[in-house]
Amino acid sequence: MTDEKLLVKDKDIVIPGEVLASGMNYLPGHGTYRDDKKIIANRLGLLTIDGKVLKTVPLAGRYMPKRNDVIIGKVIDILMSGWKLDINSAYPAMLPLKDASFSYIAKGADLTKYFELDDYVVLKITNVTSQNLVDVTCKGPGLHKIRGGRIIHVNTHKVPRIIGKKGSMVSLIKGATDCKVIVGQNGTTWVSGEPHMEIITVNAIKMIEEKAHVSGLTESVKAYLEKATGKKLEVKIKE
Amino acid sequence: MMTKFTKRPDGRKFEDTRPIEAKAGVISKADGSAFFKIGKTSAYAAVYGPRELHPRHRQDPKTGILRCNYNMMPFSGEERVRPGPSRRSKEISMVTEKALQPVVNLEDYPNAVVDVFVELTETDAGSRCAGICAASMALADAGITMKDMVTSVSAGVIDHNIVVDIDGEEEHIEDVDVADIPIAMIPSTEEITLLQMDGKAKKEELLKAIEAVKPALKKIAEIQRKALKEKYKG
Repeated sequence: MTDEKLLVKDKDIVIPGEVLASGMNYLPGHGTYRDDKKIIANRLGLLTIDGKVLKTVPLAGRYMPKRNDVIIGKVIDILMSGWKLDINSAYPAMLPLKDASFSYIAKGADLTKYFELDDYVVLKITNVTSQNLVDVTCKGPGLHKIRGGRIIHVNTHKVPRIIGKKGSMVSLIKGATDCKVIVGQNGTTWVSGEPHMEIITVNAIKMIEEKAHVSGLTESVKAYLEKATGKKLEVKIKE
Repeated sequence: MMTKFTKRPDGRKFEDTRPIEAKAGVISKADGSAFFKIGKTSAYAAVYGPRELHPRHRQDPKTGILRCNYNMMPFSGEERVRPGPSRRSKEISMVTEKALQPVVNLEDYPNAVVDVFVELTETDAGSRCAGICAASMALADAGITMKDMVTSVSAGVIDHNIVVDIDGEEEHIEDVDVADIPIAMIPSTEEITLLQMDGKAKKEELLKAIEAVKPALKKIAEIQRKALKEKYKG
């Protein structure tokens, strides 16, 4: 029997190559691997201990497409069979004809009527293959072509902070500025509203991105929004 | 035979490195970046990707590829370096790539490329080693999956004495045999990913030099780790 030891604490920052635990008592999860009797981190991230499983939550890096993610993509090419979109990742996404619109698109129709080059579209990922081929759909609640407003890019790993617990953060911003905000899992974010309110929204989002790891973030964002908009705000958490 | 070389010009002990400084996340536009300074050699590394690989015929469905570029700034050394790729910089780009490749899990990024750019703003020997150290930190900072970090330092054999982290002045000592041996290693497994030699040394001296740099490499690995953790402490 070897010595069973956990060498790190929960919520520690781990570096690739760092030995997390020795012995067979723990299991390697995402972002870790087993080498003989040791569990070693293989990417930079925040360590989470989930029972016996050790995994790392990534803090940096490009977006990796995942099934069922809602993202915002930009049309970069129009093909015979659909559209090719840039989704801020190493791999482009394909939007096939049948997933583009509820109405039937006939073969040989002018596809630019639906989506033109450089259009931004809110999409949902339907499938990701082992070779990272990405299929998306534009059919579903909340999925549509974007008109007006502005697009900003944020770090994809900060997206959960921007959305907040059950959407509390993003609804706080929406309530304060009366802007429409859609945050894609890939970090591409759409903001639309009154021009000066859009700027406040963008600043608030940038602020969350910068201070994502600070506790009491909601309070400081609320303070900023109250000062910028002159409104009294309340943090609502939807049940 | 009498040994003429008994003391290092800057007063370091034979097994000491020059002072080291490291920082992660220095270039905001890059996906990952790092700065590594050892003595009077400074390297900046920026990592972009994984991103789509062009030209397309180089795409590999089995694995991603790593593409490194080493560049010395024109003002970095005593003599002006002509801008643009040279025979030397192409070679160093290649050895940097090969030094890093064994640790990076490129199979996670099929058909894609991870680009690494190493820029040297100041050079005084050991620039490829500083570049590799910076590049490995930048890769970790970019969230690329990798088995371990890579650390690198050069050894030297000066008049049959083994020294760690040979500097520019020592490299140019005349009248005695000087060999410059850049070494890169994966600290956890002690696998060597880069080993070159410029100069004259005996086989035993080379083997001894490899052993001699191990403690220094362990120390550098610790500095790299600390710098990366520092960035996320907040």
